[in-house]
Amino acid sequence: MRDAVQMKVNGVTVRVPRGSTVAAAVLLAGRSTFRRSVSGELRGPLCGMGICFECRVAVDGQLHVRSCQMLCREGMEVTLSE
Amino acid sequence: MSERREFDVLVVGGGPAGIAAACCAAEAALRVAIADDNPALGGQIWRGEHASHSSNEAAYWYQRVKDLRLEHLSGVHVFAQLDSHTLAAETDTSVCELSFRSLILATGARERFLPFPGWTLPNVMGAGGLQALAKSGWNVRARKVVVAGTGPLLLAVAAHLKQYGADLRLIAEQASWQQLVPFALSLWRLPSKLKDALSLRRQLLGISYLTSCWPVAAEGKHKLESVTLRRGARTWSVPCDYLACGFHLVPNTELAALLSCAVENGRVRVDDLQQTTVPGTYCAGEPTGIGGLELSLLEGQIAGYAAAGRLDSARRLFANRNRMRRFAAGLERAFALRPELKELPRPETLVCRCEDVSLSRLREHASWRAAKLLTRCGMGPCQGRVCGPALEFLLEWKPESVRPPIFPVRVESLVAAARTDSETLHNPALRS
Repeated sequence: MRDAVQMKVNGVTVRVPRGSTVAAAVLLAGRSTFRRSVSGELRGPLCGMGICFECRVAVDGQLHVRSCQMLCREGMEVTLSE
Repeated sequence: MSERREFDVLVVGGGPAGIAAACCAAEAALRVAIADDNPALGGQIWRGEHASHSSNEAAYWYQRVKDLRLEHLSGVHVFAQLDSHTLAAETDTSVCELSFRSLILATGARERFLPFPGWTLPNVMGAGGLQALAKSGWNVRARKVVVAGTGPLLLAVAAHLKQYGADLRLIAEQASWQQLVPFALSLWRLPSKLKDALSLRRQLLGISYLTSCWPVAAEGKHKLESVTLRRGARTWSVPCDYLACGFHLVPNTELAALLSCAVENGRVRVDDLQQTTVPGTYCAGEPTGIGGLELSLLEGQIAGYAAAGRLDSARRLFANRNRMRRFAAGLERAFALRPELKELPRPETLVCRCEDVSLSRLREHASWRAAKLLTRCGMGPCQGRVCGPALEFLLEWKPESVRPPIFPVRVESLVAAARTDSETLHNPALRS
């Protein structure tokens, strides 16, 4: 991939186009579930624009990051709570 | 606080209205900045336009941003007011204090979501939501997509997803043909809108666009597998990978409300110069009522000129803006929600996705306030931004007052904001 960023989603290495958001990277890693809700339901992104908080993940240890508003960086490690 | 920045004009929101406002204010050689929570300028409709321009209009405005060397504070979430001329904001790593002489709110809109069985399944997304992901690196090629809900956004999203290679199954629009025809005819009076409409029609040739049709359920085990649609007496299921579903747009008025600007019928009240009921605070674009790109650009320019004191330049745009406002009123009539949609959620369907509160639990209460206290509905991270507009439609519950922080923030940000607040209170020299 030309001008790609390499990163990890739950320990699995993925290469995504530079400029992609973390949400896109999680989807590109083949995951549609990002987290579990308070009652244990599977959830993925809804609004895509930082409003709904359904796509929140941990990025390099920082919890509750809205993955739709963060750009991927080389070497980033994303952890899904699911 | 870690950093304090001072501006003559601060614009909150970097979509078309914010860009236009900032450019017009900056022409008067003022210190202007745009604070926006996204990584790049453009808001939702111009998402991705910083890299390559798909329209001449976007190219024009991005060039102006560049020529004026506008300061853009990206990834900045404004969460509280410190005093009448200072806001507190958080970035990924820090907290900052943004002070201003004049403020322009261009906080845009979000999609309205309505709950129906299965709407919380992964891969059921907003229409604009899926489009935003497709513009942010997600590859929708060959994915089977159903686009549903209401509003002109559905067509724009469908055309865009098709262009990205998605396998579009159909577009389900809840409005009736009878509702849409007068609106479609009114486009003749607005050549630019007519051109957009014809271009969308050309791009979507061969894709079925069903009016008076809406989703009644989404099914799937771990993620979406199919959606059930209803049209008249007919109910049928369509297998798909994604359901892109949104019921038109809702103005983002939280920041305006926090700053004590009057909000009426879900819109920020403004005068002819786009000034809110708080002197020196202006508002432009979707927060004053959903009107689309052109109206947002006009309101943004007027607000920018007004904030810079260039009233003649602002007044020259009034006629155009007022014409576009009439178009906006037509938009609202054409895509009004049909009452049948109130029957979409079953008693067990979750309405509040943050706290997993079902409709039946909410129905036990008389108001949102009571429901909040006893079910935590609307008290999760989205702070009612998703369930609020849904409950306004379903149960006619009015939104509650807005309190800081208007977004969940890190504890250290709250502490820093509180510290600054008390320093400011006890040291009159720091007050503006």
